[in-house]
Amino acid sequence: MTDTTAQGNLTAQKAAQDKRGEEAPQYFASKHEGYHWTAEAPMFLYAVWYLAFLYIPVLFLPLFSFNDSIYVAFPLKGFSLEWYDDMVSTQQLLEALANSLKVGAAVAFISTILGLFAAKAMTRYVMPGKGAVTAFIMLPLVVPGIILGISLLVITNMVGMPLSLYTIGLAHTLISVPFATLVLMSRLEGFDKNLEEASLDLGEGPFRTFFRVTLPLAWPGILASLLLTFTISFDEFILAFFLAGNEATLPVYIWSQLRFPSRLPMVLALGATILIFSFFIVTVAEVLRRRGVGPQSGSAI
Amino acid sequence: MAVTDSARTVTYGDDVRRTSLLFRVNALFLRHEWIRGYTLLSPTLLVMIMLMCLPVFMLVTYSFWTQNYLDIDRTFTLANYEAFFQKPIYVALIMKSIRMSLFCTFTTLILAYPMAYFIAFKVKSNKLVWLILITVPFWTSYLLRVFAWKVILGYNGVVNSGLISIGVIDEPLQFLLYNPTAVVLTLAHAWAAFAILPIYVSLEKIDRSYLEAATDLGDTPSERFWRVTWPLSLPGVIAAGLLVFIPTVADYVTPRLVGGTTGIMIGNIIQSQFGKANNWPLGAALSVIVMLMIAFLVIVFIVTTTRGRARSA
Amino acid sequence: MARDDYISMRNTSKHFGSVRAVDDVTFDIGEGEFFSLLGASGCGKTTLLRMLAGFEQPTLGNIFLDGQPQAGVPPHHRPVNMVFQNYAIFPHLNVNRNIAYGMRKSGLSKAEIDRRVDEMLDLIKLPGYGARGAHQLSGGQRQRVALARALIKQPKVLLLDEPLGALDKKLREQMQLELRALQRDVGITFVFVTHDQEEAMTMSDRIAVMSLGKVLQIDSPARLYEVPKVKEVADFIGTVNLFEGAIRGREGDSTIVDTEGLGTVRSTASGAEAPEAGPITVAIRPEKFQLTFSQPESTGNMVTGTMQAAAYLGDRSHYYVTVDGRETPIAVAAQNSERQLSVLGQHHERVWLTWTDDSALLLTA
Repeated sequence: MTDTTAQGNLTAQKAAQDKRGEEAPQYFASKHEGYHWTAEAPMFLYAVWYLAFLYIPVLFLPLFSFNDSIYVAFPLKGFSLEWYDDMVSTQQLLEALANSLKVGAAVAFISTILGLFAAKAMTRYVMPGKGAVTAFIMLPLVVPGIILGISLLVITNMVGMPLSLYTIGLAHTLISVPFATLVLMSRLEGFDKNLEEASLDLGEGPFRTFFRVTLPLAWPGILASLLLTFTISFDEFILAFFLAGNEATLPVYIWSQLRFPSRLPMVLALGATILIFSFFIVTVAEVLRRRGVGPQSGSAI
Repeated sequence: MAVTDSARTVTYGDDVRRTSLLFRVNALFLRHEWIRGYTLLSPTLLVMIMLMCLPVFMLVTYSFWTQNYLDIDRTFTLANYEAFFQKPIYVALIMKSIRMSLFCTFTTLILAYPMAYFIAFKVKSNKLVWLILITVPFWTSYLLRVFAWKVILGYNGVVNSGLISIGVIDEPLQFLLYNPTAVVLTLAHAWAAFAILPIYVSLEKIDRSYLEAATDLGDTPSERFWRVTWPLSLPGVIAAGLLVFIPTVADYVTPRLVGGTTGIMIGNIIQSQFGKANNWPLGAALSVIVMLMIAFLVIVFIVTTTRGRARSA
Repeated sequence: MARDDYISMRNTSKHFGSVRAVDDVTFDIGEGEFFSLLGASGCGKTTLLRMLAGFEQPTLGNIFLDGQPQAGVPPHHRPVNMVFQNYAIFPHLNVNRNIAYGMRKSGLSKAEIDRRVDEMLDLIKLPGYGARGAHQLSGGQRQRVALARALIKQPKVLLLDEPLGALDKKLREQMQLELRALQRDVGITFVFVTHDQEEAMTMSDRIAVMSLGKVLQIDSPARLYEVPKVKEVADFIGTVNLFEGAIRGREGDSTIVDTEGLGTVRSTASGAEAPEAGPITVAIRPEKFQLTFSQPESTGNMVTGTMQAAAYLGDRSHYYVTVDGRETPIAVAAQNSERQLSVLGQHHERVWLTWTDDSALLLTA
């Protein structure tokens, strides 16, 4: 082919991407004119301080969960797995865990499907009132949790629906749908609308097009949405507190144990486990979500 | 040859397929994009209406009823609202909640802005890593993040025992936990990620050529910041402010865990109406008042900030 | 027998809210024709193409394809295929699977589909590229794959939405010729959308010039240039000098016009639909003028003016000449048939322009 320039550009881009991965962390554009290390240093130190502020408080949970003492206090007494032993042998806790997993999985599944419907409609169709509808779907993000919680409590009470894992699941679906929609919207916006049109043009109906084009290209977003909405439900307390019946989820169980000082180390062990677990899931989800759509048709040239 | 008569349209127009209902519905869908869009959107909208609009509507209705021991008296009354205005404690508590929440929002924004600025403008590589580091806490358990502060600030907590063990103090400091300051600190920490992301997005969106143009036209870096960067990032700051302010006004978990008696907020009173106090209609009325207050403040906030921007522009 | 109303637009309109993107358009495209829709961005050409593909439905009127009305037929049931502006090569599929994408419902065996894909790869001169990923292709290669993906379906009509816009100039010119040759080979009707008049003229049998949702004129490239029917077409295809004037009378075949700037002009140009009397516009192409630096011995059309600017463009030079009674300088193009190392003529130098009677076109004012 004669068009070596385009090819050359592509290779150069790819090389730049590869290089980015290998390069040692470089936070300062010291080689750029007008930027100096000394000018940048305070900002960098502030950023590090900020991360410390964000992370250190929660890191005390895992730290003290291994401490061989019933008191959460310095100095540390010694390494112990006693509280973790305690944790896995508490029947109530294991039941709460099972409940949280059940609710989380159902919420992730349902809210991601609802989010996919909404995101596809928002990104692919010209509709009057789109702005208002988007604002409406995002509303649960800004309405205080307590208002949503007691509203749902009032209505379940009025229609005579007993409080159960189902009511918690409904509440969690409500707050998860906006997040799922946001994550999937940015994913669907990231790839070319023409790809779906090309599929229709080549003779595949809307249904087949969804499975042959939309789904394969959107799957990182879908997976991210599943993981994030699962985590939201798994960690959610404010709504679950009002809507839990006899069966508690993990956060509700933790809340109930906070009254007993003797249970504190076990709660720490549980909290540490949940945090590590959540961090892991969320990191995977974020990497999936923020990774570009990949080699894009058209836009690469 | 290019333009011929249109008589043939009639012949083709009589095509049999046009008469079938299915075909006509299909054609309607094909013709109107918005019908397709809203059809696709309808399941989500329906769920949101069922789970949000209907319940909030019922909550408002409930606020006009009264609790009669174990039963609900369903005659319309303003008694709950009267009770609110007759008891100065409620008004005072709402005002205090708003003050604390505003203070917390302000603190969070001031702390978050430089961080967002750093990631948007100063981080050249590994931006993804920084973003993930910032967002991960945002998704993880709110309850546990608040709980961590209880552990840290407690009477026998991390700070006190740490300071005692290295000999700085002899007696545990009493003022760390169970006061409004502890609540504000905890909230600022818990909502930090909410504030960074919108600010970061608005900063990242700023076309770098604007900044170069400002420098080219003679601005010093600080002039450039206040004349270009800051005004353009204002939408993000406003969004961040609302995202932090609205949920924190009515929070009940943080005040309950680290606030003690002086750090109590309106959310705790509402929660107790649905718990120990068992007066749902009063709780509903308090919630409605809180919602109205928030709506009022948000509108005032948005109007003043957008007016300010219009003036400066 | 090839029919010349293979595609028929019948009073076709497309409204987006109050905007009439396509406004009551009626014309035919013949079978096997290379037909271009030409116009500035926003003139409705792409909307018209998307209506042919089925992505947009006409608000009013209908479209017929080989005699079949297309209203209500969704894109995936239409016997037309499209090459998208950015090619829309599926990034998750390799070249083979991209080309074979539309063959799922063809009823052919896998081996037969593979054979046809290979045939297509030969046709687009990319043999052996089948296993490559979409991101490993250059712009020109993507364009070829998009073409193969559409052509393998043997559509009745191939729609091309500015497919050469993303390529650099050299490659674009090469692809124009290849595309034209390919169209002759396969014999499929091509409907090509472009805003580049040179591109349209290089490839097309006929061109429809569009503006503001309307079709201004449909003609062969040569006739569009030499016999534009309206000012907009004359102005859009190439450069033209327009002179306002009024008809004074007729003398045999010629029309006598009083103009601003050229004085009295005699026109024998045929073809245009101009009125018998009243205000009129005279259009003369830059290359129809003869420019001299001394007064020629001529009894025909002539005007004198001063040189305003001159530009040397290699094969030709452009001159801008100011004449009395006209604000805009007249554009004149002259072939540089002899070698010269600078542009002839100097600023404010006096020059003379002459032209033949049949190069002055009369257009409705």
